[in-house]
Amino acid sequence: MKYHIAALTLCTAIVPATVGHAQEDSFKIGVPVFLSGAAAGPFGEPEKNAAELLFDALNAGEVPAPYDSVGINGRSIVGTFTDEASDAAVEYRNLVDREAVDAVIGYTSSGNCQTVAPLAEELETFTVFVDCGTPQIFEQVVTDPKFLFRTGPTATPDAVGAARYLVDTGADLSRVAGVNQNYAWGQDNWRDFTASLEALDTGAELVSEQFPQLGAGQYGAEVSALLTSSPTVVFSSFWGGDLEALVLQSAPRGLFARSTVLMTCGEALFPVIAKDVPEGAIISARGPYSVFAPENELASWFTAAYEERFGQKPTYPAWKMAQAVLGTKAAFEAAGENATGAEAAEAFAGMEFEAPSGTVRMANANGHQAIQGIGFGTYKLSEDGEPGVENVIFYDAECVSPPADMTAEEWIESGFEGSTCS
Amino acid sequence: MLKFTAIMLDGMNYAAWLFLVAVGLTLIYGVMRILNIAHGAFYAIGAYICASALGAYYGAGLPQAGAFLAMGMAAVVVGFVVGLAIERGVLRFLTGKDEVLMVLVTYAMFLILEDAVKLIWGVNSYFVYEPYAYFGFVEIGGLPYQVYDLLMVVLAVVLGFALWFWLERTRMGRMTTAVVADREISAAMGINVTRIFSTTFVIGTIFAMIGGVITAPKIAITPGIGVEVIILAFAVVVIGGLGSIPGAAIGAIFAGYARALSVHLAPEFDLFAIYAVMAAVLAVRPHGLFAKTSGRKI
Repeated sequence: MKYHIAALTLCTAIVPATVGHAQEDSFKIGVPVFLSGAAAGPFGEPEKNAAELLFDALNAGEVPAPYDSVGINGRSIVGTFTDEASDAAVEYRNLVDREAVDAVIGYTSSGNCQTVAPLAEELETFTVFVDCGTPQIFEQVVTDPKFLFRTGPTATPDAVGAARYLVDTGADLSRVAGVNQNYAWGQDNWRDFTASLEALDTGAELVSEQFPQLGAGQYGAEVSALLTSSPTVVFSSFWGGDLEALVLQSAPRGLFARSTVLMTCGEALFPVIAKDVPEGAIISARGPYSVFAPENELASWFTAAYEERFGQKPTYPAWKMAQAVLGTKAAFEAAGENATGAEAAEAFAGMEFEAPSGTVRMANANGHQAIQGIGFGTYKLSEDGEPGVENVIFYDAECVSPPADMTAEEWIESGFEGSTCS
Repeated sequence: MLKFTAIMLDGMNYAAWLFLVAVGLTLIYGVMRILNIAHGAFYAIGAYICASALGAYYGAGLPQAGAFLAMGMAAVVVGFVVGLAIERGVLRFLTGKDEVLMVLVTYAMFLILEDAVKLIWGVNSYFVYEPYAYFGFVEIGGLPYQVYDLLMVVLAVVLGFALWFWLERTRMGRMTTAVVADREISAAMGINVTRIFSTTFVIGTIFAMIGGVITAPKIAITPGIGVEVIILAFAVVVIGGLGSIPGAAIGAIFAGYARALSVHLAPEFDLFAIYAVMAAVLAVRPHGLFAKTSGRKI
């Protein structure tokens, strides 16, 4: 009996020390993504999948070079996933104060990003926004960032690239209509797109501007309004279930047959209703992701590993999450072993790093905002039923992104001053 | 002319949908004085059940025409089971409690059911678009319109009439109307109020399920679809007057045409159109268009 007691005593003495040691050795990352609500399926799920895949693969040293070292600076990555659908400010503070994470990587909603951006600076925590399209983050909310980064492009390249693609492919722009969700994302997209059409001197007449409520689900009236205004081109920045419902309700009524429909988030339709998207629709993936990604070892590895583990190809939110995780690893390793968040942030500002989508340049917002190119193409199902694109045109980052010293609005209104398109 | 046609059709279609999702809510309030927030969750369950039922149906290689029967059966059977379970399992213990308490209870049930939906079906979207595309479209005044949407209007009229017939022309319906008028006197006259409550709640739940089932082929069935619906349904029944079936119909028509007019003539007001109508109606008639005056018991 006394041996048992001695063993128990020894265990209780050792176990906390072991746990404490393990915690010290791990690199803790808070990952807020949508785990509930309408955005969970199209965004939260692929983002969470990608983060888990990358954490596991990095810990096992299985990611191709230059990320073939274990974890981050040899420390094993431990992810703490939280639901972005809950109170963003409270959850962020929990991650920083209670969980004591080394970094936060996440956020899809522009509204949540606007809430968290000042907090990241206030709490001095290395934070990477994965998505959040609004350009306002670094133009208005945090104009002198120290700890906050966004590794994906803003919504501006979507709108500018869309306008350029329509012009370059000779689309009939005489009558243009838009259907966008009625909040900052939809309004910013439509504003940038129509301003780009004007800057490109297309002479387009805006015949219908629809702004249904986010999550409305029923778009019969909007489709009627689009059909009765006889547009030659319809632009939409819809995403998630709204995009899927719009396609399901407008395609049978002939909208795609009567007009050229461009959907900036169209690639996200691939895993769910690929067979119901009419061929010829113009789509993008909000950057050089998925079918618009370059061919490189990281892209091949990521696509294959994701498909093997989750049974389907990754959509663009998964690509953006993978990019954010790799950027974080690059930043902390560039800053050196035992680097603090502040040191990593200093190293990350203005950095170029490799991702499955190619080389990412942290070029804008004092080196805290990435710029990347964007591809557009017409949707085509292959003979074996695989969704894909043809007639692809890829626009370089400098062609569709504002320079570091201008806001998106100023830049488009200036007629894309300083842009270079190859 | 084309725009006028579109407004007429869109208003009618949206009104039919609003009526289908709101009529169960107003029925339950009218009889039981329960502002049932769980109604939104019932609608969502209806949509998910439709996806599962049709998935199994198509998986068995059965003909498309029978799919509509499967949809109807799914709504009635699941509506009956869920409605009866909640009424018998929870609400009967709270009969006669304050209306505010009932709002909190049904809100709690809404949250539980939302999580149950997530637990069963996960967070990814479901699609059952085949019934929506089955009938194709017709050109009405040059505007292509889905036959499914027109049939939804027919369904709303038929179900609305059936509900009216049940309340006004059947013995059970008349007893229900009596309970609405005075619960205590009805009980004293020998009416089984408990059974009336159960029946009413089950019928209201089935209507919510029908709303979800009929909408499922048009949308991406995703978590959270019940939230938006319950807000709209409340707006409709408040316009018409809480507890009034004709009120729900008129409220749905007001809201449907308000939305259609805003979409076609002033899209920037689309977000507020229905609520603007609600505010305008309440400014003139604070209890809604068809609210009944009630005497105070001494």
